Amino acid sequence: MTTATGSILMTHAVGLHARPSVKVTKLAKSFAAKVELAASATGPWTDAKSIVRVMGLKVPQNTVLHFRAEGPDSQSAVDALVALVAGDFEGVPE
Amino acid sequence: MSMNGEPKIEVGPQSRQGRIASGGFAAGPIVRLEPTKRAAATPQSAGPAAERAALVAALAHARHDLSDLVSGTTGEASDILSFQLALVEDDVLTEPAFASIGLGEPASSAWQKAVGTLIADYDAADEEYFRARAGDLRDLETRVLDVLSGSTQRPDLPEGAILVADDLAPSLFLSLPWDGRGIALEAGSATSHVAMLARSRSVPMLVGLGPLAVLPGERALLNAAEGCLVLRPDAETERRFNSRHAQLESIRQQDASQAKRPAVTADGERVEVHINIADPAELDNLDPAICDGIGLVRTEFLFHERHGLPGEAEQAEVYARMLRWAKGRPVTIRTLDAGGDKPIPGLTLDGEANPFLGLRGIRLSLAHPEVFRIQLRALLRASTAGQLKIMIPMVSIPEEMERVRALIGQARAELDRGGIRHRAAALGMMVEVPAAAVTLDLFQTDFVSIGSNDLVQYTMAAGRDSDAVAALADAGNPAVLRLVGMVARAASELGIPASLCGEAGADPRVLPLLLAAGLRSVSVAPARVGEVKRVVSSFRRERPRDRRQSLARRLGHALGLGGAGRG
Repeated sequence: MTTATGSILMTHAVGLHARPSVKVTKLAKSFAAKVELAASATGPWTDAKSIVRVMGLKVPQNTVLHFRAEGPDSQSAVDALVALVAGDFEGVPE
Repeated sequence: MSMNGEPKIEVGPQSRQGRIASGGFAAGPIVRLEPTKRAAATPQSAGPAAERAALVAALAHARHDLSDLVSGTTGEASDILSFQLALVEDDVLTEPAFASIGLGEPASSAWQKAVGTLIADYDAADEEYFRARAGDLRDLETRVLDVLSGSTQRPDLPEGAILVADDLAPSLFLSLPWDGRGIALEAGSATSHVAMLARSRSVPMLVGLGPLAVLPGERALLNAAEGCLVLRPDAETERRFNSRHAQLESIRQQDASQAKRPAVTADGERVEVHINIADPAELDNLDPAICDGIGLVRTEFLFHERHGLPGEAEQAEVYARMLRWAKGRPVTIRTLDAGGDKPIPGLTLDGEANPFLGLRGIRLSLAHPEVFRIQLRALLRASTAGQLKIMIPMVSIPEEMERVRALIGQARAELDRGGIRHRAAALGMMVEVPAAAVTLDLFQTDFVSIGSNDLVQYTMAAGRDSDAVAALADAGNPAVLRLVGMVARAASELGIPASLCGEAGADPRVLPLLLAAGLRSVSVAPARVGEVKRVVSSFRRERPRDRRQSLARRLGHALGLGGAGRG
């Protein structure tokens, strides 16, 4: 199993509200890897594929988001999620 | 739901007043949306296997419906539905329900418990944004329960139908055809999601009508442009309704074609027309091209919730969203203007003998620097999103502006230290206290905006809340117009912009007087922009040779210029 990690400063003005959270979970679900998200490098880690969990973090603006993934496509998953946040959630993963 | 006992069905026409959530007209049969009837007693489990299958099917049904709805929407509506769709697909939400079913719970109560836990969590959130999502969860809860109980009822809405209900869920709104139809809610709110959706789709909608005694199928007339619902209309009422509809429709069309053109007087002078906003939802479906900017954002809406004061990030986002909407046009946001007729529990003083002359506006904010500081920080953070102007209400003496400037300086230093992105903004004041109007040259301010509603009541000593003195509370009174003229001249000498945000700016009788007083900028309700531009276009400065029994002559008197007018 390969693992990958990545982090990115989220500047999105709302913080991780419904629309960005839905995008994160949609994108995370498109990978086979287990994908997790945290608002701090030391965790707690939460399932990035669950809207309940992601919204539950209530991450405010200007937080560094940390992603970690485990599985065959873990690196692509982390890269894609970091790119989504970097692009201010404008990309629409389908 | 809100019917306490059956109201008597009356005969003959009856007119009811409600609050306008979305303007427009509809005429047709009443369709009443009955609250879903569910068995009062908890149903017995038909066994875990059957209950599990029922919930699986209901969730799949809800998912299917939501997917259908999402594909037909864009923007905020699509966001609301996508969130619900993501929830219904989330095992973290549904797993506890299946676990309860395994323990002998029926599907419906298992589902209610699972969603209920999450609703309670959102209800208890600090940020208003998250508390508002509890409503989305309730909507989803109902959607699944309706499938489980087999009571999924999408009311049939014939042509012109007026849907009467206690309240309406956004997802039900989105699943119905609305062309030519309307909504009359007994409860409801003009700031709810469904009101926002109605505005964005131009569906006429009134809220707060109170219990309505109506029979399904009987005819009603909905005039949501003026806030009235007529039940059981007779021929005469129908005739009046139709002619009013035609009249307002023709004005609306003229104004709509006028709205996107710049306002120019008959002499070719450009007049700025800005809009007043009391709720960000008003910007839905509004084209920024109709205005020169937002001349007044009232921020009281942020403080009206039952759960204390809004957080900094939440405020910053609301402000930033309006700045982004304006696409580079200036947006003037007024700091909290509570007190007077706008009490806020826990903030304003109770029991002031004369709240209009009490601790309100900037006086209140300076008395609560901890609340004010958060608003200033939020504004400075949002300022990066566009051209922000910060406006201070109820300023009476220069020292108040100096104190605000110092607090802004502190807030900026704090943000700098915290490494939080922010940007400076213009700082201006409202002129609504006569003391400020007559001594404007003593103030340090980047711009001024006349708050005509308060300036009138303080100048004329005639309360806005007293019908008995309504005739005195006249923005066209010479005393008020002279003050407006003084402010316009002082501002021009100081080299700062002057505008007016208040009902007077949209009053077709008063607006020409304000223009004659020297004002070249007003801020009005979005719906009045077209009309205001039309009035501006027919305004002509008086020339000395026109001195006769003209409007301008009376104006000259009003301005104390001996009938000569200006210029």
